[in-house]
Amino acid sequence: MKGQVVAFAAGVVFSVGLGISGMTQPSKVIGFLDFLGNWDPSLAFVMGGAVMVNLIFHRLIMRRQSPLLGAKFHLPTNNAITARVIVGSALFGIGWGLGGFCPGPALTSLVTGAVPVLVFVGSMVAGMYLFRLIENLASQTALSE
Amino acid sequence: MENFTPIASLVGGILIGLAAAAMMLFNGRVAGISGIFGGILMPAKGELSWRLTFFVGLLVGGLILLLAMPQAFDFTSGRTLAMLAAAGLLVGIGTRLGGGCTSGHGVCGLSRLSLRSLVATMTFMATGAITVFVMRVFFGGAL
Repeated sequence: MKGQVVAFAAGVVFSVGLGISGMTQPSKVIGFLDFLGNWDPSLAFVMGGAVMVNLIFHRLIMRRQSPLLGAKFHLPTNNAITARVIVGSALFGIGWGLGGFCPGPALTSLVTGAVPVLVFVGSMVAGMYLFRLIENLASQTALSE
Repeated sequence: MENFTPIASLVGGILIGLAAAAMMLFNGRVAGISGIFGGILMPAKGELSWRLTFFVGLLVGGLILLLAMPQAFDFTSGRTLAMLAAAGLLVGIGTRLGGGCTSGHGVCGLSRLSLRSLVATMTFMATGAITVFVMRVFFGGAL
């Protein structure tokens, strides 16, 4: 139950942070990625601030054996640099530059009910299901061979 | 650089970092939004509730923004709905295939000094920048 309260509060702080930082304005995201044009470096400060804070806290937190409210730390175990992570990140980047939204700001923006947001998120949901479908088909083909 | 907002962006970034640190300290979870949201769409047993609660928190944060600083939401970007539909599809597929987005690989992964996340972050920054450049060349200087 306490874990749920923390997850809720963290979600609130996370999205308020996204809004204050400018991430919920696609024009700012596009301006940040426009290195060769009218570059707006603001979003480097978002990433910089978030990483700076987390870099310090992560070191301190990892001194513990387990989280305060859980049995263990769920850290990614796959550290391999694979074609999957490169191709996937490349596709994500194209979508990010094309729409000016990444997942967090898009989901936060859902509350506005604005059509561009609904179109983007609807499509993102479809993309996630489509990926699962392709992955399932691929694994079934691999098994039947 | 007329839209440069370093202070607001830094403050927002620090809030994002604190939220991610709290998720790790209390719940032992990475605050990666595409992973959390993907786990809501395709839930695994016992893995749904904290994701849902975090997602509801995101939406409540959105409501607070809508009331307190509605200017945080400005979707005028010169991108058409067809472009946004294509973008959403690419972000959905790409983040699942690549195992993370700006938050999971960018914020959390870089803070863990993960080389995998560094490669992912440099890749999506690079293809994002190339896409914005190509869009400007083909669709003019709307931005």
